[in-house]
Amino acid sequence: MTYETIFTPWQSLGGGVLIGAASILLMATLGRIMGATGILTGLFSPEGFPDWAWRAAIMLGMISGPLAVMLVTGEMPAIDVPVSTTMLIIGGFIVGVGVTYGSGCTSGHGVCGMARLSPRSIAATATFMVATAITVYVVRHMLGG
Amino acid sequence: MRILTSYLIGLIFGVGISISGMANPAKVLNFFDFTGSWDPSLAFVMGGALLTTFLGYRFVLRNPKPLLEESFKLPTRSDLDVPLIAGSAVFGIGWGIAGFCPGGALPALGTGRTEVFLFVAALLAGVFAAKAMQRVAAAKSASA
Repeated sequence: MTYETIFTPWQSLGGGVLIGAASILLMATLGRIMGATGILTGLFSPEGFPDWAWRAAIMLGMISGPLAVMLVTGEMPAIDVPVSTTMLIIGGFIVGVGVTYGSGCTSGHGVCGMARLSPRSIAATATFMVATAITVYVVRHMLGG
Repeated sequence: MRILTSYLIGLIFGVGISISGMANPAKVLNFFDFTGSWDPSLAFVMGGALLTTFLGYRFVLRNPKPLLEESFKLPTRSDLDVPLIAGSAVFGIGWGIAGFCPGGALPALGTGRTEVFLFVAALLAGVFAAKAMQRVAAAKSASA
């Protein structure tokens, strides 16, 4: 399995600016934090229809993202999964537990919370960035995954 | 209006994630693999998103209220507690194992790839398991 990927500073920066633009627009219109975890889990919480509806609409919009990219470029965004299905499922479950206790993930804490200079988000982001780096090191260079 | 606005915001987010590389586990994992096949792209994603949002929030949060709602819904807590730090560490471990984070995986569902659906299903199972554990803990502390 090959791990090499091409460095894409401009696409990544452009994508980052769009992620930021979406976060600003959500705050400017509905006054909410753009957090993927909150939007997903809110779909399954009993808060009532108005909140469910905007979250469902954002979800649909997100899912349309790759399709819009395909319409323009003729190609789906690349998704290369260099881990086994077992690791994908175990990792997914662990992510679900972590974001629930940690009250957020890369979008909510890492972008929106950090942009508000929230101490909780800064601490959360620093923690998960370090934990992810250690995990990747252990999996790839100590366990040989 | 709220629905259309939300859809368009989700679309902008989804396009951003798609072109940034955040939906691609190989790129995400390589960002963290400093001693191996390092790909610094993700620093540009997070840097671009953070700087844009930081500047935009300066203007937006000066208004008394958002355009379509009566008030801003902002988290108000500022204390650091064990669930926040431990939860974030656990999230990082899962992210390092799978290579997908929720913000990357949700838009990636649009590609129709089986791997993304498996990850999101496992993610939801983890969320429900954690919420169940939180309810049990809350019930215990209420009855104690």
